[in-house]
Amino acid sequence: MLTAIVFLPAVGAILMALLARSDRQVRFLSLLITLSVLVLALVVWATIDLDDPNPQWVQRYQWISAFDVQYFLGVDGLSAPLLGLTGLLGVAAVLISWGIKHRTREFFFWLLILQTGITGVFVSLDLLLFFMFWEVELIPMFLLISIWGSGRREYSAMKFLLYTMLSSALMLAGMLVLYFSAGTFDMIALRDAPPSIALITAPGVFFLLLAAFAVKLPVWPFHTWLPDAHTDAPTAASVMLAGVMLKMGAYGIFRICISLFPEVARDYSDLLVTLAVVSVLYGAVMVFRQHDLKRLIAYSSISHMGFVLLGIASLGQVGMTGAAMQMFAHGTITAMLFMVAGLVYEKAHTRHIPDLGGLASRMPLLTIAFMIAGLAALGLPSMSGFVAEILIFLGSFGVYREATILAMFGLVLSAGYILWTAQRVFFGPEKPRFAAIGDVTLVEAAPLAGMIAAIMVVGIYPSFVTDFFDAGLAPIVDLLGAAGG
Amino acid sequence: MNVDFALFIPEFVMAGMALVVLTVDLFLPQDRKHWLPYIALVGILGTMGSVFTIAGKSEELYGGLFLVDNFAVFFKVFLLAVGAFMVLASAEYVKKNLTRPGEFYGILLFSILAMMTMTAAGELLTAYISLELFSFSLYILASYAIHRPKSVEAGLKYILVGAFSSAILLYGLSLIYGSLGTTTFSGIADALAGNDDIPVAFLAGLVLVVVGFGFKITAVPFHMWAPDVYEGAPTPVTAYLAVASKAVSFALLLRLFAMAFGPAMDEWRPIIAGLAAATIVLGNLVAMAQHNIKRMLAYSSIGQAGYLLMGIAALSPLASNGLLFHIVGYSAANFAAFACIIAYENLTGKEEISDYAGLSRRQPFMALVLSGALFSLAGLPVFAGFATKFYLFAAVGNEGLLWLVIVAVAGSLVSLYYYLMVIKQIYLGEPEEDEPLRLSVSTVGLLGALGAAVVIFGVYPGPLINLIEKATAVLPMPV
Repeated sequence: MLTAIVFLPAVGAILMALLARSDRQVRFLSLLITLSVLVLALVVWATIDLDDPNPQWVQRYQWISAFDVQYFLGVDGLSAPLLGLTGLLGVAAVLISWGIKHRTREFFFWLLILQTGITGVFVSLDLLLFFMFWEVELIPMFLLISIWGSGRREYSAMKFLLYTMLSSALMLAGMLVLYFSAGTFDMIALRDAPPSIALITAPGVFFLLLAAFAVKLPVWPFHTWLPDAHTDAPTAASVMLAGVMLKMGAYGIFRICISLFPEVARDYSDLLVTLAVVSVLYGAVMVFRQHDLKRLIAYSSISHMGFVLLGIASLGQVGMTGAAMQMFAHGTITAMLFMVAGLVYEKAHTRHIPDLGGLASRMPLLTIAFMIAGLAALGLPSMSGFVAEILIFLGSFGVYREATILAMFGLVLSAGYILWTAQRVFFGPEKPRFAAIGDVTLVEAAPLAGMIAAIMVVGIYPSFVTDFFDAGLAPIVDLLGAAGG
Repeated sequence: MNVDFALFIPEFVMAGMALVVLTVDLFLPQDRKHWLPYIALVGILGTMGSVFTIAGKSEELYGGLFLVDNFAVFFKVFLLAVGAFMVLASAEYVKKNLTRPGEFYGILLFSILAMMTMTAAGELLTAYISLELFSFSLYILASYAIHRPKSVEAGLKYILVGAFSSAILLYGLSLIYGSLGTTTFSGIADALAGNDDIPVAFLAGLVLVVVGFGFKITAVPFHMWAPDVYEGAPTPVTAYLAVASKAVSFALLLRLFAMAFGPAMDEWRPIIAGLAAATIVLGNLVAMAQHNIKRMLAYSSIGQAGYLLMGIAALSPLASNGLLFHIVGYSAANFAAFACIIAYENLTGKEEISDYAGLSRRQPFMALVLSGALFSLAGLPVFAGFATKFYLFAAVGNEGLLWLVIVAVAGSLVSLYYYLMVIKQIYLGEPEEDEPLRLSVSTVGLLGALGAAVVIFGVYPGPLINLIEKATAVLPMPV
């Protein structure tokens, strides 16, 4: 089942590339593939047994027996919602790219391959398999940005690639050290029987692994690839980048860094909190300096990912559940913001904020969409962002009082920049040059509506998702408890 | 002496077929010359079939001079497969660019024969003679495009450097014989094991042997000839040099070091490890500066030779498996890349990296295979290169050569950069012409088979690794 979810996009992509006769068929086939993946992912999500702390839907085969490398897939409460999120955004990415005219077939091919890579990361329970999927996502993203992007696309794509490559080399080094100490790549076995690290110190391995995740998340000061990549990427790639790819970083911290090294995580949580707060505030302040709509959203992502790290660093059930929630919520919210930004660009042919203004009367639906996503991003109650942030603050306030208060300023700032942006882009006097543009079409509105539904449902009835994260994180919390403190 | 000639069947078949090709060439009218590659192919496949008559046997002939064991069988099948791909890849090129196809295929078959005896050699002089037969075939093939000055220059350079290195190698062999009194691999190992202090003359001989082989496998600092020869030689011959020549040299090296020099491991390990590191660093760094795709691949294959040397330096059962695995994976990927380059040269006559701009729009299938092959060479997951490098590096790390693994991983990262430069041209460059390139059916089949191999070895290496484990089990390993 999980194999099907992971590889359906890739296999479908190959068949589509070979068989589809027209661009129209390419689009519909891609939609069909991503929709079936979504359905399968939801089935898996819905059938998870929360009382069972072990991974479920397990598929496990020996792969390279000399090194005990396994093909080992499984989901638990932590990964199931992310699997669903990936499925949802996969569909959204296809829909939002409906208007791609340039090298259409290749575009959808790479988009689907990308989805395979990301999905694989969330369900692998073998370190080497995890690494392989982690790398698979690189090439499609590089090509998506550099062929279909805008602005300095080749520069941004290369920067993205170099950052990720270098950091994942460190990750691989960390994994190899783990392997040489324990003789296995099995994440579950490593978690249950922590090896004594012989070659270098345990914190050394922890930081090698963390480096890759911190770049992906991204944490200040490893964030500089993100604004470039997000800004210059085509909308669908931005959606996947911000929506799920950043979550791979946070997921890795949960699944690998903290699960395998609870003591080290405890020892260095001060450092993590500091980085988190700096990311929150730095990202939020930088937002005010941006004139490009997508770049603005990119910096707000950095700020919001800072909250995730803050929740993680609180190392408690509440805060970590909040962090996971924030991953999910940010996935839908930011994906939606990027879609809106992409649509604005497509219709108004500019993302330069000072040039925009008064779009509300021309495109009321898009304005409503932006407002909903924006309000969710600034944490308005009844939306998913609020649930996540309140949990993070509840969790971290008891442990890191000052840091939490500082981070809350980030929230205040986000209220400021969201409303200011809305005012500059959508409200104000109508500009004559935008007199001819129309509102979103049905195909464009569909993914937006889906995102709104996800945001509102989770905001009003959060236990849809929180129950899963709670259950999924409980074993990690137990480990942290056992690690003392 | 009672010799079971049945064990020589594959060699007999191959030698016979080489002569058949040369003879048939004399009688074939000019407009039927395109049959020759198919005759050669039949010869190779027939030989491959005959190898199965000796499969599973473990025997020595002439007192250990010629060995029939799983290791030899594995490499015979593998090298014959390389030869078959070589014939397929060069058929079109030869027809278009070279005169006298008869000798081309005849010599090619002789070189395969030489490789087969090289994998079976259990004694220094047998190894040396096989190596010479192989090298002479290659000298001729490298200069086969006699109307192109570059090809002639490549051939001349190759002969001079080759003769020089052979002389060094032979001198080294004579020193080893002089100090230990035997030339069989097992005899050398016995002499070394029974001797507490290793004779200085032997060490000198060992160093000279390493230098001699260093030229053949393009280890730094003995690599200078490779880029010029690779660039000048007819492209299929370049592919053959990069793949077959490396694979068979490493097969011989592995057997030599495991079976003969094993007991003196402490003496040579630092030398080999140092060579490996230098080769990896220099090969990969200089590759970045290349504009000609054949030169770029020449330097990249120098870097790959460095990774392979790591397997010799580590010399353990796992490392030998890793070495064989990487040889197979590297060969598949490199041959896939060269098959694309040959096909592209046949269609356009161009070989600069910038000429590949926009290939993905003119020939998407070839673009995909070439990119996959390059990513595999860089060691990206899903492709063979990742699995093989991972296996090899992990095995080398297991032997405590962690610093070497770090060098190799850094080298792989650098290599990704220059491979990416090509891929960037393929996918992002603007093509000079828009009209699609048409590939012949046989080229599509060849590229498809090699591309599939690159992916299959990366995703499902199990069966191949089983075969490799059987092959390396016959090598004695130092404890």
